[in-house]
Amino acid sequence: MKEIDYLAPASLDEAYAALQNGKTSAFLAGGTDIIVQLREGRKQVDQLIDVKHIPELMRYGWTDGGGLAIGASVPFAEIYEDAEIARRLPCLIDCATLVGGIQIQSRACFGGNIGNSGPAADTVPALIALGATLTLGSREGTRELPLEAFFTGPGQNVLAPGELIVTVNVPPQPARSGAFFHRFIPRNEMDIAVVNVGARLELDAAGERIAGARVSVGAVAPTPLFVEEAGAALVGQAPGEEAFARAADAAAAAARPITDMRGSIAQRVHLTRVLTVRALRRALERAREA
Amino acid sequence: MTTIEKPAYKVIGTRPIRPDGVEKVTGKALYGADVHLPDLVHGAVLRSPHAHARIRSIDTSAAEALPSVLAVVTHADLPAVADTVIDTGEGVTRASDMSLNVLAGDKALYRGHAVAAVAATSAHEALAALDAIAVDYEPLPPVLSVRDAMRADAPLLDENRRTKQPDGALSDGPSNVAAHSRFEGGDLEAAFADADAVVEREFDTKMVHQGYIEPHNGTANWNPDGTLTVWTSTQGAFAVRAMLAELLRLPVSRIRVVPMEIGGGFGGKIGIYLEPLAALLSRECGRPVQLTMDRTDVFQATGPTSGGHMKGRLAVKDGVITAAEVSLAFEAGAFPGSPVMAGAMCMLSPYDVANFRVDAYDVVVNKPKVAAYRAPGAPNAAFCVEQLIDELAREANADPLAFRLRNSAREGTRMITGVAHPRIGHEETIGAARDSDHYQSPIEGPNRGRGVASGFWFNAGMQSSVVASVNPDGTVNLIEGSTDIGGTRASLAMQLAETLGIPYDDVRPTVADTDSVGHNDVTGGSRTAYASGQAVYEAGLDIQRQLVERAARLWECEAEDVSFVDGELRHASDADRRLTFAELAGKQMETGGPLQGRGSVVARSPGAAYGVHVVDVEVDPDTGKVDILRYTIAQDAGTAVHPAYVEGQMQGGVVQGIGWALNEEYYYNEDGRMENASFLDYRMPTSLDLPMIDTIIVEVPNPGHPYGVRGVGEVPIVPPLAAIANAIHDATGHRFTELPISPRRVVEELHHLR
Ligand SMILES: Cc1cc2nc3c(=O)[nH]c(=O)nc-3n(C[C@H](O)[C@H](O)[C@H](O)COP(=O)(O)OP(=O)(O)OC[C@H]3O[C@@H](n4cnc5c(N)ncnc54)[C@H](O)[C@@H]3O)c2cc1C
Repeated sequence: MKEIDYLAPASLDEAYAALQNGKTSAFLAGGTDIIVQLREGRKQVDQLIDVKHIPELMRYGWTDGGGLAIGASVPFAEIYEDAEIARRLPCLIDCATLVGGIQIQSRACFGGNIGNSGPAADTVPALIALGATLTLGSREGTRELPLEAFFTGPGQNVLAPGELIVTVNVPPQPARSGAFFHRFIPRNEMDIAVVNVGARLELDAAGERIAGARVSVGAVAPTPLFVEEAGAALVGQAPGEEAFARAADAAAAAARPITDMRGSIAQRVHLTRVLTVRALRRALERAREA
Repeated sequence: MTTIEKPAYKVIGTRPIRPDGVEKVTGKALYGADVHLPDLVHGAVLRSPHAHARIRSIDTSAAEALPSVLAVVTHADLPAVADTVIDTGEGVTRASDMSLNVLAGDKALYRGHAVAAVAATSAHEALAALDAIAVDYEPLPPVLSVRDAMRADAPLLDENRRTKQPDGALSDGPSNVAAHSRFEGGDLEAAFADADAVVEREFDTKMVHQGYIEPHNGTANWNPDGTLTVWTSTQGAFAVRAMLAELLRLPVSRIRVVPMEIGGGFGGKIGIYLEPLAALLSRECGRPVQLTMDRTDVFQATGPTSGGHMKGRLAVKDGVITAAEVSLAFEAGAFPGSPVMAGAMCMLSPYDVANFRVDAYDVVVNKPKVAAYRAPGAPNAAFCVEQLIDELAREANADPLAFRLRNSAREGTRMITGVAHPRIGHEETIGAARDSDHYQSPIEGPNRGRGVASGFWFNAGMQSSVVASVNPDGTVNLIEGSTDIGGTRASLAMQLAETLGIPYDDVRPTVADTDSVGHNDVTGGSRTAYASGQAVYEAGLDIQRQLVERAARLWECEAEDVSFVDGELRHASDADRRLTFAELAGKQMETGGPLQGRGSVVARSPGAAYGVHVVDVEVDPDTGKVDILRYTIAQDAGTAVHPAYVEGQMQGGVVQGIGWALNEEYYYNEDGRMENASFLDYRMPTSLDLPMIDTIIVEVPNPGHPYGVRGVGEVPIVPPLAAIANAIHDATGHRFTELPISPRRVVEELHHLR
């Protein structure tokens, strides 16, 4: 491992300037992905830009409309220890409490999980199900895009040189809706998802039909998938096993997994079905409680 | 505990604190990588990126020209070795194979095989210098399973290798099968023809790793006077000395090996990897050199235990197992020496089977040379036989424990080797498992099942020696040469305290280097508490004898008139004449000078160990995940010297067995690259994957040890693979014959996805 410069910009402008100095960079948020990758020689950069001293990235709060804007570097532990978030967005807690253990959760953050752009990232299907967007910032200004539009391949995303993730925005959730995140790992801890699924269900006023649905599946393609067909298969249906099975089939049809040491193609397609149904069941429970 | 006829001990059977505990929990204990010496430099090892390749040439000149580089070595720097066989205690290896394993010769035989080593001014410079070494490889097709390796057209790892056949003759043609052995007895065909039921299946297992936390390391200082000192993490300092002497062609007297604290071994720290490289580098650069592995090196380049292919056919008649025909083929890795013979000899040893034929094949493949791992060979073999026995019990409509009891071996039963068992405790252990609260409670609920299995391990004896010096304050310094992995400092100190009738805290045990104590074989084969314990007992008796003589001199009487009782010297007829151990220890100068006891044994009656396991599981048929709901292990410990450490060994063995059964495997791609060489993807169980493991210590004393001790460390890993497979069968109705029974395998087989 060669020598690396360490920079700790105190503002967005300082960070943008650091990105223009001609060196190759990575951001250092919690460091729980990047430090491992640098040490193992899987990545090489000239400088690490610490993004934990930029105020906009270190705070979170509710927007006027009832959405939640989360600074990219806010550690997961801060999020899941917030009782208001736990009450209003339990699906966010599902994923934030699953990433690593307490040490990891005390450092790692949404910005890092998304910035790392792994196909199995655990917070991504949950956030996609919740309809999250990203605010990206650069010297030129900011832009906002749906999270599902961010990823382009394993470790790849649309971030332009000079750009970083400022906030992750969870929009106000529809009335009578509930969301759930579910992952499968072979052990009870310390594993990368074989498949993970985020699902949101929205019921009509009578509570008898599904008014809207979002399903996202991870670890079954080069990027986390937003499976619109699964949502479409649910809308207008009575919530229940029959509709869930159809959504699960759509999710499985969208899956394009590989076989590796973490799972086989057949297993992952099968699990996509199983987890989609299980996530939808729990999302329904939450929608009914909402 | 179930205890059979046990004397009233004072120290044995208590649970004192281990002498090395405080240093370890406060982080002060010194491990191999903590060795710091003046002028110490660090090295790095270049490893083969190919699983199988001819090495056409190695050009080190560019690396040597780098200003930061102090030394570069390759196989050419090793002396030609004699064609001797080195017995390290848990396996034998030819010196020439070992020499080719530590640094590849004209062939790289597995990915990660060491090809060259560099010492440089810093660890980073050493790593960078590896890039400057040019190796010209001619990649060859790798052979990655025993079935492929045994095909007639398989690529050969060694064109000159012939199979050593059961009659001792060598095969005509070359082969990857290094040896084929056979055990036969009775009339197999008649027994099968006459059977009520016959069961037959094939089984496959994968290579698995011991999973010790501390990576291998080695620090060497080659002095200008031609002596060599090596600091390392090892299960046997004397074995390291013997192997280094062979590889470097040095007399053992020139080598001193200092065993550092050891962060786990389980058999994997008996062989040597870095020590000879550090020695060669040190000789070349004149400075002490340290080499350490990272986790990937540990997985790819050190010895796991074998995977293999097994085939078994068993018969039952009137509730009695009448015939067993079993064939085992185990991966040895790149050089011969799998534990297939041990597996073959263990698997039927819990039972009395009159008619049998057992074939054992030792097969080389392009994977790292296997090392010992807790009861080497026995868990694989039990995975095959104990599942077939489960099926036989079902065929016979018998409770699986009652069936095992009915067929159990006992004192006098002959093993397949023809050797008769001495007093053993399999029947008592089955009884303890049967009577356990666990086995007596029903297992209820969907997708749940219960399994049982038995396991046997020989246990080893071999050589041990200790010296004990009595301090003037009545305490005793115990110098031993068995490295302490599982709490043996405590269990040996306890045995000395028992012999001398003094408190445990008055014995201070120290593990010494090879210059400071007589020969000791490795801490392996579950031998240390037993064999070194016997040496300790001898040393205690030696001290007792001398104390009696000294008291007789003080009291001006005959030695016969003095007795040593409860740590006190007493006169036979004069009740006023009494001296405590401490009082006499304070009079050493006037009674003959410093008092030392010596103990030295070749222990020959280890007393085999048996375990019987009961496990309940729940299978999620949709995700394939298996949860261990409850686990009970009953095991014959002979005499449990330190019951807490015996229980720890039992639980530890079970945990490793659970990992082996459910998730652990060396996952290779078709090029022979291990794809899961990290603890993230090599899935050992975490604490969250395990229930409390209930232990029942059975004590059927070993007649071959003064306190009845049997080894306990290895046998607990033998039954879990089969017990869990039997439980999963009970839960799902499906028999899993391939390990690991991972969620992937469970869903693929239950849902017919393959
Ligand atoms: C023991 C362990 C267990 C883990 N378990 C899980 C798990 O269960 N589930 C899971 O999904 N992951 C897991 N991970 C991976 C990792 O913890 C998560 O991906 C985590 O969210 C990364 O966040 P971080 O803050 O540490 O990112 P860092 O390592 O600091 O950064 C990761 C990447 O994101 C980029 N980045 C960081 N911030 C920004 C930004 N503001 N804008 C643009 N790019 C940015 C960096 O350049 C880098 O490439 C685990 C890791 C470890 C070591």
